[in-house]
Amino acid sequence: MKYESSKPIYLQVMDSLKQRMVTGDLRPGDQLPSVRLLAIEYDINPNTAARVYKELELEGICFTKRGEGTFVTEDPDLIRSLKEQTAKSIVKKFIKEMTGLGYDKFEIIQKIQKEGDENDSIENGKTD
Amino acid sequence: MILLKTEKLTKTFGGKPAVYEVDAEFEAGKLYGLLGPNGSGKTTFMKMVAGLFYPTAGKITVMDGLSKTASKSKVAYMPTEPFFYDYMTVKTVGDFFKDFYEDFDPEWYKEQIEYMQLTPDLRIRALSSGMAAKLKVAVTMSRRASIYMLDEPLNGIDLVARDKIITSIIKRSAPDNTIIISSHLIDIMENLLDEVLFLKDGRTVLKGNAEETREKNGKSIADLYKEVYA
Repeated sequence: MKYESSKPIYLQVMDSLKQRMVTGDLRPGDQLPSVRLLAIEYDINPNTAARVYKELELEGICFTKRGEGTFVTEDPDLIRSLKEQTAKSIVKKFIKEMTGLGYDKFEIIQKIQKEGDENDSIENGKTD
Repeated sequence: MILLKTEKLTKTFGGKPAVYEVDAEFEAGKLYGLLGPNGSGKTTFMKMVAGLFYPTAGKITVMDGLSKTASKSKVAYMPTEPFFYDYMTVKTVGDFFKDFYEDFDPEWYKEQIEYMQLTPDLRIRALSSGMAAKLKVAVTMSRRASIYMLDEPLNGIDLVARDKIITSIIKRSAPDNTIIISSHLIDIMENLLDEVLFLKDGRTVLKGNAEETREKNGKSIADLYKEVYA
């Protein structure tokens, strides 16, 4: 994984894991890799990996079973709200960039509508 | 627990200081980056800790004040220069280390050379520089030491081999040891380190926790490095 320079690494790894939960790559109740394997997978040091799990536990997104390891929460509502949060931040960022380009709310909605329609027709074209 | 401590550690060569009054503490369970450009004193620092250079002034304390001989058995040091004989094979390098160091773990070594894609019967003289670099790391990290010191482990190594070396370092990192890595390839090392120590002309110019340093300065260690040494 490529890391952004100014953001703490543990936060970036947390975001990556959250994203994998939202997209369903990691499912509720799934066992997560051990601290050491997480460190190897993300090329980070084991203390950072341990911190990632600690912080995710504090947020209730992971839990630890003694002697067994760390697991993704079994609560689907939490994952759903994680998904909501992710969607919200993507939209926020999008609106900020579009506003920066000088579009107002109405124009932005129009653009999304248009792009969406084009996407639909492309997909329909494929299935035909 | 502090495994290694230096106080005003100094080494001069012909009156010119290579390392000057370096105060540092290395804790168990952490990975340290000893960073700085060529000639900043990294190698001299490591050689003193390894007992290969005698300090001009200052003090080195290994664990709870072990004697110089006893501390050698606790320190696994990997120098930049190759240290194998040409006639050896990958396998006999392991045997050689096993004879030398009580803490050498042949099983770990076997696993490591397999992971590094080195064949046991390969002759040292036939190794490419990248293969020799991998072998150096494999054999050093196969000791069960308390303090590991790797001098420029990523020099002259291709991207795939780098990943393997980094993985091998992470695997060895444990709550009861400290790993000190010197490098000028900061961007690659960055995510790996708990603590950083910047040396410039033999002096400490910056030290601290890597994540905190990143947060405080709002920039990567690599960017900070460029600023310090520009």
